[in-house]
Amino acid sequence: MSETWIILGATSSMAKAFARAVAERGDGVLLAGRDMDDLKRTAADCAQRGAAVSEAIKFDARKRESFAPIYKRVLREDGMINVAVFVGSMPPQEDIDADPSLIEGVVKDSFTGPAEFLQGIAPEMEARGGGCVVGVGSVAGDRGRIGNYVYGAAKAGFATYLSGLRNRLTRAGGHVVTVKPGFVDTGMTWGIEGMFLVASPDKVAADILKAVDKKRNVIYTPFFWRYIMLIIRSIPEFIFKKMSI
Amino acid sequence: MRWKTADYTGWGRVHRAKGQLARPERESTLEALIAEEPSPAIGMCRSYGDACLNDGGHAIDMTRMDRVLSFDAKTGVIEVEGGCRIGELARLFAPQGWLPAVMPGTGFATVAGCIANDVHGKNHHGIGSFGQHVISLTLLNGDKKQLISTKRSAGLFKATIGGLGQTGVIASAKLQMIPCKGDVMMVTERRIEGWDEFLAALDSSKATYTVGWIDATAKGDDLGRGILEEGETGAGLVPKPKKSRAIPFNAPGFALSKPVVRLFNKLYYSRVPKSGRTTVKPISDFFFPLDAIHDWNRLYGKRGFHQFQCVVPIAQADALREMLERIANSGLASPLAVLKRMGEGRGGYMSFPMEGYTLAVDFPNRAGAEYLIQSLIDMTEAAGGRIYLAKDSVATGAQVKPMYPEFADYQAEVQKADPDGHYTTDIIRRLDLRSKS
Repeated sequence: MSETWIILGATSSMAKAFARAVAERGDGVLLAGRDMDDLKRTAADCAQRGAAVSEAIKFDARKRESFAPIYKRVLREDGMINVAVFVGSMPPQEDIDADPSLIEGVVKDSFTGPAEFLQGIAPEMEARGGGCVVGVGSVAGDRGRIGNYVYGAAKAGFATYLSGLRNRLTRAGGHVVTVKPGFVDTGMTWGIEGMFLVASPDKVAADILKAVDKKRNVIYTPFFWRYIMLIIRSIPEFIFKKMSI
Repeated sequence: MRWKTADYTGWGRVHRAKGQLARPERESTLEALIAEEPSPAIGMCRSYGDACLNDGGHAIDMTRMDRVLSFDAKTGVIEVEGGCRIGELARLFAPQGWLPAVMPGTGFATVAGCIANDVHGKNHHGIGSFGQHVISLTLLNGDKKQLISTKRSAGLFKATIGGLGQTGVIASAKLQMIPCKGDVMMVTERRIEGWDEFLAALDSSKATYTVGWIDATAKGDDLGRGILEEGETGAGLVPKPKKSRAIPFNAPGFALSKPVVRLFNKLYYSRVPKSGRTTVKPISDFFFPLDAIHDWNRLYGKRGFHQFQCVVPIAQADALREMLERIANSGLASPLAVLKRMGEGRGGYMSFPMEGYTLAVDFPNRAGAEYLIQSLIDMTEAAGGRIYLAKDSVATGAQVKPMYPEFADYQAEVQKADPDGHYTTDIIRRLDLRSKS
């Protein structure tokens, strides 16, 4: 049965790698994001890799009115509808400290925007009796720390949302994979000091696809981040609050 | 876009650079970058010497600009972003009956890198160089964006093909691919017992793809012994290429010492039966045999290695034989040595190919290697030949300039395109290719 992936935030390198991987399986891709010129290039690329459908489509996590045209477009495709969420934004914590109103944008991009989008498509997925949602969060959402706790809080909210959505869609035969990448070699992390064990976007995309096939619930990628985060989560708060990691 | 301070090297790892790198992922970012800070582009850094280095300066890493923009299954015309890798194109399109017209020895090379070095492949004698199959390309230079071809800005185009990135950044290119029968290769391997037999075999080979492996440690009667490989594309079913392995650390010095290399070469030679053999291989195994071993350059240890590649005219084959004798006597050669007949096809002013025989040999970076290569370069010049800038790491400008008869045209076009020297790289400084003589 043919499948169609709506890929939110398809200009990111992780999303691009994932779109290519599903395109090579012959799935359709609707590449959603803001930079239409860039999305069209990725759409052309995915078409050459074997995607059944490959189109660029406008999406802005902060603009609710951009959601409906995507819902409408995907209805034209038969088979299962899948959604992969790669959106999110992480302004430096100092910028947020200087201008707290930036928090609204971070939460919209990383949590409420995609959550609202998924909420809107969930009934159609239920009606079709399945489909898969991939939600890319971050290890930053596992514990708030001084360097990026606003971004972390938004991703934590998104993770909790995904857990609830999983509970809901499972009843209809659907599935939700929560992905928590560690450091990934993307434009967002390029040139930032202190990166280690950095994974390539292709590696992350391959891990996600494997998790989709195996119906895993929550994955860390690369896998060892599960243990790194286990340690970080186990540090008692009275010690953690004095640390800067 | 953020700049990152990074150490990077050419594939031979003898030359090193430290500089500011940016790695755009979108065309809009790339264009803004070049308008703001015009800098030379680098790709997968598969050139051996310092063609891909800009020590102390800026460079733009193009590896994330790697998409296929269009493809016409009827004509085989494809348009790709500059950072797209050749091996990826072969993987995607060979099953549909199309291959890049020219493929270098590694599939990791980017299309823009293949253009900037005007690379050749195992079919050069029949089809010419990479640049001859470029229909047009988009060149970014400061805030200018130009579509150039053999018809539009022909001079600039010829200075860009094989031009070592001195005219700007190749953002995308339209290429003519060639039809192939499928994604497997029928490969015939044959033992060649000596030098004269090798030349005769190369001259009479009718195959589309031909390459000779040569035992650069063999002396006397065995001088020039090796294996001739001839290949044709075909359709069929073969096992998938083996999973790639990586060399995890720098090998110790003795790994490629004289006795080890001699023994290896002997075994490698005897691997092919006396009567020869024909096998069927996945396309990548034939074209990119070393790509299955990631970071194989680490086999040469942390001091790295040099590659010497020259071409000499047909009539000067004896000069090449003398070079090979010198190499064999030096005891410095590694197992990687290749002999091939080239056609005359070349796409740009600074393109390497000329009709003749080309010899490529790797040397670990040991005492005597540089001296040996210097003398080989002089012998090449005396024979009216040419050395390949994508491989070179030791030549001087005085040696190189006379080998390239269109150097003055190149220099004039580059001067026009980039009068302030924004795109200058380490090789350009070493060979003094930009200053007015």
